[in-house]
Amino acid sequence: MTEVTLSNVVKNYGAHRAVHGIDLDIQHGEFVVLVGPSGCGKSTTLRMIAGLEAISGGDVSIGGRIVNDLPPRERNISMVFQNYALYPHMTVRENLGFSLAIKKKAPEEIIAAVDEAAAILGLDELMDRKPAELSGGQRQRVAMGRAIVRHPDVFLFDEPLSNLDAKLRTQMRVEIKKLHQKVGNTIIYVTHDQVEAMTLADRIVLMQDGHIVQVGTPLELFDKPVNTFVATFIGSPPMNLIDGIVRGDNAVELHAPSSGGLHGGLTIPLPSTARGRVSDGQAIKFGFRADNLMPMGHAVEEGGERTELDLPVTLTEPLGTETLLFTEVAGTEVQAKMYNPRPVRPGETLKFQLMLDKCHIFDAATSNAIRG
Amino acid sequence: MPRRRFPEWLVLLLPAFIVIAAVVLIPLIFSLYSSFTPYKLTRPSTLWRWVGTYNYEKILTDAKFWAAFGRTVLFLTIALNLELILGLGIALMVNKVTWGQRTLRTILMFPMMFSPILVGFQFKFIFNDNIGLVNNVLQSLGSNTALPWLVDGKLAMFSILFAEIWMSTSVFAILILAGLFAMPRDPLEAAKVDGCTAWQTFRHITLPFLMPFIFIAMTIRSLDVARAYDIVQIMTGGGPARRTELLWTLMSRTGYVDARMGLANAMGYVSIILSILFTIYFFRKLSAARAELGMAG
Repeated sequence: MTEVTLSNVVKNYGAHRAVHGIDLDIQHGEFVVLVGPSGCGKSTTLRMIAGLEAISGGDVSIGGRIVNDLPPRERNISMVFQNYALYPHMTVRENLGFSLAIKKKAPEEIIAAVDEAAAILGLDELMDRKPAELSGGQRQRVAMGRAIVRHPDVFLFDEPLSNLDAKLRTQMRVEIKKLHQKVGNTIIYVTHDQVEAMTLADRIVLMQDGHIVQVGTPLELFDKPVNTFVATFIGSPPMNLIDGIVRGDNAVELHAPSSGGLHGGLTIPLPSTARGRVSDGQAIKFGFRADNLMPMGHAVEEGGERTELDLPVTLTEPLGTETLLFTEVAGTEVQAKMYNPRPVRPGETLKFQLMLDKCHIFDAATSNAIRG
Repeated sequence: MPRRRFPEWLVLLLPAFIVIAAVVLIPLIFSLYSSFTPYKLTRPSTLWRWVGTYNYEKILTDAKFWAAFGRTVLFLTIALNLELILGLGIALMVNKVTWGQRTLRTILMFPMMFSPILVGFQFKFIFNDNIGLVNNVLQSLGSNTALPWLVDGKLAMFSILFAEIWMSTSVFAILILAGLFAMPRDPLEAAKVDGCTAWQTFRHITLPFLMPFIFIAMTIRSLDVARAYDIVQIMTGGGPARRTELLWTLMSRTGYVDARMGLANAMGYVSIILSILFTIYFFRKLSAARAELGMAG
């Protein structure tokens, strides 16, 4: 069993603190994705687990063993790098077998392990080529092959897909997921791309400025963001957020950010989930996803709390099965979605339905979610 | 009357042709021609006597020439190998330095800034058997003999090598350091994760990456050392009794002291083979090392 545990892990670069004492328990066989904007400390955290960065404070343990002071080679991990990091002077076969060869494993054993990895990743045709003769996707597969031949306890992936083009990225994402299903090892995966995080992870760890903001399954982060940062980071398009002020027990007045609520905005019912948790006059951020604001008659299921709004469409982005509609609610630009697309002229006013029971209320001062 | 006009490309290229002819082509043809004559500087008329391959035949059977040739090859081999090992060591250490590395790199280049003549004088003084630094140190440590550093054949070669290596190790160090700076960090980290010790990382990852840089340094230095003259001339003058005679001291003695320029030129053409062979050898190695890394060419 190889759990990975971080307790109060800190990383300082001189006076600058890059990672602020994070705690994380990763179960055996779990696929955990560390995601966040650049500079949030996710790669540093991964490199501390790998042993490529010294730990300034706290403990990292792999399989119950504290590895703070062990060099990478004694941690039984393997890592896939963003730039593939293949050995340029070795063939694919030599790259795959290198880690076993330096451990002085028997040649038959190396051949067997290399062939197995090659078969899993479909590298058989490329075995005698040098990395310079491979395409980006092939190099990435070799890098993954090099990681699996050793049967490590933990796989570490450091933004492995960022150097690939969009199509190849989608394809490799599927391969990584299949690889995890086949080998079943613990995987810790770093990316700045929330789509990769959503599609790959058993659990997502969302980081910001060296802190963990939220840990949970992709759907937990999507449906129950703890604050506005999570709400806008996870999901595409990002969640719409509109400034608002609670009026009375069951209404909220939405207004443009600059107006400060002085000029009368748009008043809508307060979602019932928030009733009793907010007080009259409290400043909030009102959030909803594009899917929860749709023109009437567009795949909106019956029932639930609804409110109707007449909104002018300023711009459309047809995506095939759906179309994104850009519109304005109380002076704030928001995105709505329409299934069963039909041509919409810019400037046309449509009747929209806002699904109140799917909306999110955040405290304006703390940005934290207010939820039952 | 219609003026005859040269084509434009010829007019544009003509200055280059003239300069190259004046500084390269004519001296080259002249020296090649004179190597087939008994040309003596003191008797210019000898330039017009053709003796065919007489000079070359004489050289090929001349034991002194071949001794100098062999000594040059030996000198070259020892100097290049020691400079490589020392330069590699220095570069690896400087690469680890995090504070004051720029200053260190500048200091590293100091020996290259001296004129070889001055380096020769300096080491001639250091190795002088009466007043030299080395013997003084040895004697103050209790040794009773004065070692004949520049007189004994083997010791004299050692002294010259020492001066040469002191002066030029930094060429290797600087070029290898450039290689280390250009080296991508990822494969090194991958090797660490793959389980390499520091030595294995160096042996299997760093060294193959540095090979092209090493062969470039080798090529440059092999040409340099094959024409070693100044330091030797100052320290020993090729003597005593030709014990430190290298190709170029022999050639300059033949050409300018004995005034037999025709013979000296013939020696020059034979010994150029040495430089060509070394250059071809190292360039092959360079291409192979680059191909190994998957670089073009």
